[in-house]
Amino acid sequence: MAGLGSECSRRLAGCVSLLLLVFVAVIVSASPDAATGANETLRHPSGHSLDDSHDHPRNSSEHRKAFPVLAFNYEHVSKPFVISLWILLALLMKLGFHIIPRVSHIVPESCLLIFVGLLVGGVIKAMDQTPPVLDTKLFFLYLLPPIILDAGYFLPIRPFTENMGTILVFAVVGTLWNAFFIGGMMFAVCQIEAARVGHVDLLSCLLFGSIISAVDPVAVLAVFEEIHINELLHILVFGESLLNDAVTVVLYHLFEEFAHEGTVTVGDALLGVVSFFVVSVGGVMVGVIYGVLGAFTSRFTSHSRVIEPLFVFLYSYMAYLSAEVFHLSGIMSLIACGVIMRPYVEANISHKSYTTIKYFLKMWSSVSETLIFIFLGVSTVEGPHNWNWIFVIFTLILCLLSRVLGVVGLTFIINKFRIIKLTKKDQFIVAYGGLRGAIAFSLGFLLTDTEKKDMFLTAIITVIFFTVFVQGMTIRPLVELLAVKKKKESKASINEEIHTQFLDHLLTGIEDICGHYGHHHWKDKLNRFNRTYVKKWLIAGDRSSEPQLISFYNKMEMKEAMMLVESGSAAKLPSLASAASLQNAQQRAPPKQRAIPSISKTREQEIRKILRANLQKTRQRLRSYSRHDLFSDPFEDSMSEIRFRKQRVQMERRMSHYLTVPANRQETPSARKVWFEPEHKVYTYDESESPRDGAALETLPDTVSLLSESPQRPGQSSRLRKRGDAEQSANAPDSQEEPQKLSRCFSDPGPKEEEEEGEG
Amino acid sequence: MGSLQSSPSHQDYVDLAEKTGFSFEQISILHKRFKQLSHNEDKLRREHFGQITDLHANPIREQIVEAFFDRRNFYQEIEEPVSEISFENFLVVMSNFRPPSDNMSQEKLVKVRKEKLRFLFNMHDTDKDGTITLEEYRHVVEELLSYYEALETETARGIADAAMLEVASITRGHMEPDEFYEGITFEHFLKLLEGFDIESRMNIRFMNMDTTTLCKLECRNKVCSE
Repeated sequence: MAGLGSECSRRLAGCVSLLLLVFVAVIVSASPDAATGANETLRHPSGHSLDDSHDHPRNSSEHRKAFPVLAFNYEHVSKPFVISLWILLALLMKLGFHIIPRVSHIVPESCLLIFVGLLVGGVIKAMDQTPPVLDTKLFFLYLLPPIILDAGYFLPIRPFTENMGTILVFAVVGTLWNAFFIGGMMFAVCQIEAARVGHVDLLSCLLFGSIISAVDPVAVLAVFEEIHINELLHILVFGESLLNDAVTVVLYHLFEEFAHEGTVTVGDALLGVVSFFVVSVGGVMVGVIYGVLGAFTSRFTSHSRVIEPLFVFLYSYMAYLSAEVFHLSGIMSLIACGVIMRPYVEANISHKSYTTIKYFLKMWSSVSETLIFIFLGVSTVEGPHNWNWIFVIFTLILCLLSRVLGVVGLTFIINKFRIIKLTKKDQFIVAYGGLRGAIAFSLGFLLTDTEKKDMFLTAIITVIFFTVFVQGMTIRPLVELLAVKKKKESKASINEEIHTQFLDHLLTGIEDICGHYGHHHWKDKLNRFNRTYVKKWLIAGDRSSEPQLISFYNKMEMKEAMMLVESGSAAKLPSLASAASLQNAQQRAPPKQRAIPSISKTREQEIRKILRANLQKTRQRLRSYSRHDLFSDPFEDSMSEIRFRKQRVQMERRMSHYLTVPANRQETPSARKVWFEPEHKVYTYDESESPRDGAALETLPDTVSLLSESPQRPGQSSRLRKRGDAEQSANAPDSQEEPQKLSRCFSDPGPKEEEEEGEG
Repeated sequence: MGSLQSSPSHQDYVDLAEKTGFSFEQISILHKRFKQLSHNEDKLRREHFGQITDLHANPIREQIVEAFFDRRNFYQEIEEPVSEISFENFLVVMSNFRPPSDNMSQEKLVKVRKEKLRFLFNMHDTDKDGTITLEEYRHVVEELLSYYEALETETARGIADAAMLEVASITRGHMEPDEFYEGITFEHFLKLLEGFDIESRMNIRFMNMDTTTLCKLECRNKVCSE
C-alpha cells in the first residue's frame, strides 16, 4: 500500500517535473520569437494594415499565395501568453507540492517555491536566454497589493487594536533601531582593509540598512500561516510587518536623496521626522477616505449585486495607487481602507458577494505570493552578483543580532505598560519571526548606483534566503519544542460573544466608577459614535440599527444552515436551536419544577417573518433577468427553506425531549468542509446534496406548544387546540407523568398519521 | 479633603494592600475617588453611583452597581443586600479587576480565574440561589440589547434560549427524556467559559497617577470636591 502510494507520487512528481521542463522550453522559445516578430513587422511597415498580420514578409512578387488555412502568429499574443504561462507554472507547482506530503510538511511552501524559481532560472540561463527579473514596478503595482489587501481585509481587529501600542513600538522604533544599527555597523565593517569595500560611505550604508531592516509581510504571512501560532504573537509580528512600511518608505527616500548629496544636515533629519508623520498619517487618511467611499457605495448596490465585489477591490486598489502617487505609505493606506470598509460593506452586500470577495482575495493573494517567490528564485540566478564574503557574512550576523537586541530591549520597555506581559518565549518567537522578503529585494533593485547595487543585492538576497530557508524551516520545530501556545480552535459560541460584550460594558463601567478615562472608555465612545452616526450613513436599510449580537447570531444560523445542506442529513443536528427553551416558563411557580421543552410560538412567527422577508428579496431579484444578472442560485433560495426546515426539525426534536446534540459538533461524517472556522477561511458547499428529510418534515404541524406560554389564539388548527386541551388538563394534577406521556407521543418523528395515532 | 475626614493611617493601608493586592498609591487614589463619590462621607450609597454621568449610557449599569452592594463579593454569607458600603468593601470589589501579577504560579492563576468568573457569575445570578436560570440569562441578554429600541423581546429571548441550549449541550451532552436542565451552576459556568481567557481580559489598568480630577461628576448638592 505504501509502496504503491509512493510509486504513484513518484510518478506524479516525474510528470510534474516533465511539465515544468516543457513549460520552460516554451517560454524560452516564446521570447526570441517575440523579438524577431517585432523586427519583421518593423521592416515592412507600409504594406501592412492592422488586421493583416501575417508572419511571412510580404514580398513584391506577383506570386499569388494560397489562402492560409492555418497560420502561426505568435507575437500577437506573446505578452499575455507568457504571463499566463508563468502563472500556470506557479500554480502547478503549488499543486505539485501537496502531492508529496512529507516534503511539504517539513519545508514551508515559500522555500519550495524559491527552489523551483532557482531551477527554472537555471534552466533558462542554461539555454542562454535572459530570464525575467522581478521588476520593481511589477512587484509594487501588481504583485504586492492583493496580498496586502487580503491581509488587511481579514485583519482580526480586536487583537490588533488591543496590541496597537506594542505593534507600533516594534514597527517604528524597532525598524529605526535596526536600520541605524545595521547601517552604522556595516560602515564600521567597511572600514576594514581586508574587505576592499572602503568606497562605501556612511550614507550608502545607512541606505542599505534601511532596506534590509524591514520585516516583510509576505514572508511572515507565508511562514506563520502554516504554524498556527497563538493569536497574540501572530498579530504582533504580522502587524509590525505591515506598519513598518511607513518607516521604510521614509528612510529609503531620505537616504536615497542624500546618498547623492553626500551629507545630511540636522534640518534634513528634522524634515525626515516630519515626513514620517506625513507619510504614515497621510497614508491612513487616504485609506480611510476610500474606505468610507467604498462603504457608502455599497449601500446602493442592492440592485446590481454582481458588481459588488468589484467595488471593494477597485476602491482598495485606488487607495493604494493614490497613496503611492504622493509617496505616502501605500500599504498603510490599503490596510486602513480594508479595515474601515469591511464592517459596513459586509452588512450591505449579499452573501454571495461576500463569498466572492473572500474567494477572490484568497486566490489573488495566493497567486501573487507564489509568483513572488518563484521570481525571487529566478532573479537570484540571473544576478548580477558581486559576492563579497565579509560584507555578506557581517550583514547576516548583524541582522540577526540587531533583531534580537531590538526585540529584547523594546520588550523590556513595553512590558512596563502592558497588562499581559510578553514572556521570554514570546520574545524569542517575535525575534525569530522577523523574516525579510521580496520588498527588501525590490527596494534594492531600485537603487541606481550600479557598483554598490550589485553588492547590496547579493547581500540582500543572502539574507532573504537565510531567513526564509533557515528560519522558515526551523520555526515550526522550535515552536513545538518551546511549547508555544497554539491558536485555539475556538468554535463560534454565542455564550462567548455574549460575555465578550458583557465584559466590554462591565469594564467600561468600572473605569467610569474609578474615574479615569481608559482604554475601554474611549472604545465605548467610539462604538457609540459608530452606532449613532456612521452606521446610519453607511449601511443600507434597517440593518443599520441591527445590534452586533443579532448579526453574530444570524451569521451563526447561516453557517449552520449551510452546513446542514452540505451534510444532507437531518439526523445529526447542531445544538443551536433558536426556538426552544429548556426550562419551564416561570409562570409555573417555583423554578425548580420539572422543565418541559416548549417552543415559543411568537418566536417561531418571528423566524417565519425573517425567512419570508429573505424569500421575498430573492424573488424580487429574479423578476428581471438580464445577462448581467446572476442565475437564481438554487442554493441561496433554498437556504431560507433549509433554515426553515431546520427549525422545524429542531422543534420536532425538542418535542421528543431529546437533546441529541453531540457535545462536540464536528462529527458529521458527510460534511466535507469544516465549519466554525475563523472568519477568513473560505466555505465551500456541495450543491448536489440537499436535505433528504425535507419532504417528510413539511407535514409537521405549524405550531406546537407543549406548554402554553402564550394564551391560545383564535384560528389555530384543531389539532393544536386538542393538544392544548390535553395538556391543560394534564397540567394541573401530576406534572411528573405528563412529560412521559408526551414523550411517548412524540418520540417517533414520523409522518403525520403516526402522531395523530399516538395522540389519540 | 476637608477637616471633616481624617485621612486613614498608613497602617490601614497596609492591611488593605495585603488583603486586596493593590499598591499604596493605587489605594490612596481609589480612596480619593471614593470620597469624591461619597461627598466625603464614610459610606457609599447607591445614589452616589448615580452621579457618574458616563455610567448612564451603560446598558448594564444596574448590575454593575448591584455588584458593589452584593454581599457575596465581600465574602460574607448574609443574604440581604446592603444599602451602603465602606471603602474596604469598595476596594475588595475593585480588586477583582486587578491584572494578575507576572510571576504567578499556575495554581494561583487558576485561582484568580475562578475568582473573576465567580464575580461574573454573581452578577448574573441576581436572586442569589447559586444558579443562573433562563430568566436571569434572558435578562442579561435583554439588557445588552437594550441599546436598540426597536427590538422585540422575542429576539432577545431567542438568543438567550440558544445560549442556554449551548450550555446544556456542553455540560450535559445527551439528556434522557426525563431529565431537565435547571440552570447554569458555577461549575457549568466554568466549563462554558473554558476557552475564554478571562484572566487576561477582565482587567483594568489601575493608575499610579491621580487622574480622578479629570472625571466629571454630576453635583447634585453644592458640596462638591474639587
